[in-house]
Amino acid sequence: MIERNRFMDVLAHTVLILGVMVVAFPVYLTFVASTHTAQEVVQVPMPLWPGEHLLDNYKTALFGDAAKQVSDMAVAHMMWVSLVSALCIAIGKISISLLSAFAIVYFRFPFRMAFFWAVFLTLMLPVEVRIGPTYQVVSDLGMLNTYAGLSVPLIASATATFLFRQFFMTLPDELVEAARMDGAGPMRFFKDMLLPLSTTSMAALFVIQFIYGWNQYLWPLLVTTQENMYPVVVGIKSMIPSGGDAQTEWNLVMATAMLAMIPPALVVMLMQKWFVKGLVDSDK
Amino acid sequence: MSSEKRVVFRATWLPWLLIAPQAAVVAVFFFWPAGQALLQSLQQSDAFGTSVEWVGLENFQHLWNDASYWASFQTTAVFSVLVAGLGLSISLCLAYFADRVVRGTSIYRTLLIWPYAVAPAVAGVVWLFLFSPSIGVVAYGLHHIGFEWDSLLNSHHAMALIVMAAVWKQLSYNFLFFLAGFQSIPKSLIEAAAIDGAGPWRRFWTIQFPLLSPTSFFLLITNITYAFFDTFGIVDAATKGGPGKDTAIMVYKVYFDGFKAMDLGGSAAQSVVLMAIVIVLTVVQFRFVEKKVNY
Amino acid sequence: MTLTALNLRLLGLGLLTSLCSLQAQAEIEIQWWHSMTAVNNEWVNDLAKNFNATQKDYKIVPVYKGAYDESMTAAVAAYRAGNAPAILQVFEVGTATMMASKGVVMPVGQIMKDAGYKFDPSVYVPAVAGYYTAPNGQMLSFPFNSSTTVFYFNKDAFKAAGISTDKAPATWPEVALAAAKLKANGHKCPLTIAWQGWTQLESFSSWHNVELATQGNGMRGLNTRLVSNTPLHVRHIENLGNMAKQGLFVYKGRANSAEGSFVSGECAMITTSSGFYGNVAKNAKFGFGVSTLPYYPDVPGAPQNTVIGGASLWVLSGKKPEEYKGVAAFFNYLSNAQVQSESHKRTGYLPITLEAYKLTEASGFYKDHPGTDTAVNQMIRKTTDKSRGIRLGNYVQIRSIEDEELEQVWAGKLSAKEALDNIVQRGNVLLERFEKANSAKP
Repeated sequence: MIERNRFMDVLAHTVLILGVMVVAFPVYLTFVASTHTAQEVVQVPMPLWPGEHLLDNYKTALFGDAAKQVSDMAVAHMMWVSLVSALCIAIGKISISLLSAFAIVYFRFPFRMAFFWAVFLTLMLPVEVRIGPTYQVVSDLGMLNTYAGLSVPLIASATATFLFRQFFMTLPDELVEAARMDGAGPMRFFKDMLLPLSTTSMAALFVIQFIYGWNQYLWPLLVTTQENMYPVVVGIKSMIPSGGDAQTEWNLVMATAMLAMIPPALVVMLMQKWFVKGLVDSDK
Repeated sequence: MSSEKRVVFRATWLPWLLIAPQAAVVAVFFFWPAGQALLQSLQQSDAFGTSVEWVGLENFQHLWNDASYWASFQTTAVFSVLVAGLGLSISLCLAYFADRVVRGTSIYRTLLIWPYAVAPAVAGVVWLFLFSPSIGVVAYGLHHIGFEWDSLLNSHHAMALIVMAAVWKQLSYNFLFFLAGFQSIPKSLIEAAAIDGAGPWRRFWTIQFPLLSPTSFFLLITNITYAFFDTFGIVDAATKGGPGKDTAIMVYKVYFDGFKAMDLGGSAAQSVVLMAIVIVLTVVQFRFVEKKVNY
Repeated sequence: MTLTALNLRLLGLGLLTSLCSLQAQAEIEIQWWHSMTAVNNEWVNDLAKNFNATQKDYKIVPVYKGAYDESMTAAVAAYRAGNAPAILQVFEVGTATMMASKGVVMPVGQIMKDAGYKFDPSVYVPAVAGYYTAPNGQMLSFPFNSSTTVFYFNKDAFKAAGISTDKAPATWPEVALAAAKLKANGHKCPLTIAWQGWTQLESFSSWHNVELATQGNGMRGLNTRLVSNTPLHVRHIENLGNMAKQGLFVYKGRANSAEGSFVSGECAMITTSSGFYGNVAKNAKFGFGVSTLPYYPDVPGAPQNTVIGGASLWVLSGKKPEEYKGVAAFFNYLSNAQVQSESHKRTGYLPITLEAYKLTEASGFYKDHPGTDTAVNQMIRKTTDKSRGIRLGNYVQIRSIEDEELEQVWAGKLSAKEALDNIVQRGNVLLERFEKANSAKP
């Protein structure tokens, strides 16, 4: 900030480090568990320091028996499915929400608010409750076992529209007036002024929606009947017994989970760059 | 709505074209299936739908007569207030400090956002590794220092567990948006206030917090919605509604009945009630809280 | 004929022949939706692979569809949309639901008969097959992965407390005595239980030859009602409640979360599924023993037999007749004694035919792995009307009620009688609704 306040700086770093420890501790445990043998993991308490088996476990998870447990597809292929569907969901959601929020904020037309509330309602009935009938619709449209079937039904959500609406409301009216004076039409305004200003929100949403799409479990499980269309989270879940009788190779489960976290982590780190760029420009 | 744009574009068919994609997706993939799902609240059917009987409001009557259902109202209220309250305040605090530090912002940012990437299925298991009274690392530590942590039989411990797990999951999400909000506040405003002699506390309340309000409002609504609708997985992984029914929040019962017990009529009726409650809450927030938001 | 023309004709002939040989091998694909994870997932895939290798007409395609409730939801959705799988693995508590859905299920007995396989009910282990059989003797679903309730104990902990390990504690009084000795020796958790509804109410009832619910636990009719609050049940839960107060029994959570505390050595005795054996054998760092579920010696008829848990394979309707022939062939393959024995040895699940049991015994497996025949021994008896199995509607919810009320006893908030009365009262509301929903049919 402005003053060189020693106390505040120390406080800031302390709070942040504490925060990181609390927030990241479960992830750290996952990592530790992925470096031991299965027997070591189930002993109480689990050791808190990484073990010796990092390479073994990750090799097995990526190429070997553990992968075969899920299907005859390697984890690599499942990651590909996850990647494609997550990208479709993130990009799809952001695109249609930008357009809708633009229409809601910058135009007047009948049923405008009704449309906004209708979109909002999509938050009030979670996927699991309406999953049976949604499956029926997807099946009737012939979209089972397709990337479209995996992604399109999940695009129907209000978070992005709501966020963009909030953001657009903060923009000064002078922008619109300036555009009109320059003779620019609405779409020109949208492309040349709104989009560049929205990059921060878009980046944040992209991270959130990508991870949301990446971590989808129940919907892909239902809408695919071929194991080669399974995303990686389904693969992980199938290694964790829920019937209770089989013993779990916890170390391999955790290794696969760590691998599954890499693409979202990369997305977060890459988006940082975009964040900063957008922010520097917006310092009006 | 209290706050509207004063200047808009004049156009006739363009806005319709713009909303068409989302309208289509929402109509086909939400409203049509949702309508059918909610219709089931008026029916009693077997799992496979081979025999469907119209029972009118009977499912709702069952809820009315079920004492444990009323108890879940209170459990849900406590849970949601704690989750939204703690989730927002903690992440606001973290975002404030992350914005403040000159060096290391991006490292902190990555480390604090990354846990959001943990798949819920894995997160549930990892929490078990932490807090399960029999194998949990943290539970072990607590016992060591003499604190009898028993989330299996102690209702307060159980509630604390699911609140912690739910807040943890949302921290990254809230942090991300709050930080974006902080960093979009023009530095010139802060500098001007500092020159006028305002300390950090003053600056926060008079400048940053008000300018953050659109984001805060967004997060308030999404956190409450999250607490009401998206926390089934956490309760299922951590306590399964126990001990007894003391952590059985309303959405957990919805999922359990619809999903595990295949009682689609009862589950749909509960969904209707839950939806009604949240719609009322949201309308109230838009009516009263949005007035305070500075756009 | 020019050389080119001849070459072309030969080429054409060659192509035609290879094309024909491709098309002649059109297999009928049969989808099998299951919920087996980890090593059992491998087992399922191997079974399908091996069966497919024995013949060319059918191809079984196993698909992991999530946990039992998730795969059930998937199957329901698929059935309503017209693309259900032929074979679906359903957990035992879903039996009543499957049976009550008229027209959805093709009885296994029927399918086998139609395909020409001789179907002899007497070759099956009574307590295993009986659970999935209709009162008229027709087998409705194919028992696949069945386990039962057994008792594990930590031999090292026993020795340290001065308890003899030659014979496991067989009765509840003996268990209580052992627990007291362990506690006196400083042990923090002498006894714990997993799957409390299954081990302490359901299996408990059939082990003592008493009914959990009327009408033979629901086998004989939909008008069944819970009677799990008899003096015997109250006595048992009260005993456990007192043990909890004294720290002899420590509650470690619902489902099988208590199992972790046994493997780690924290708890010395546990009642849980026979399927837990593999886990213990691999991960426990102490000597352990497996024995039969404890009982009360003063109850006439005890010990009778325990009740199974696990899942069975159901065949859904609406498929082509050729597919059902394939399903029958597959089930026939699965019933083969050798296949059964291998599966039993590999997974620890119960063998479903007596021949498979004898085969396993002859191979010396039980000698090499002491305790693995405990489960089977509890099941190879003639069942009575009260112990054949359980078939109650809305059973998932009833199990949840059992968990909730029993937890209140362990926490000291309710007496055993109050809790059991609650279970009966709340459970009967659900049974009534199930009866009503499924009797009003043409």
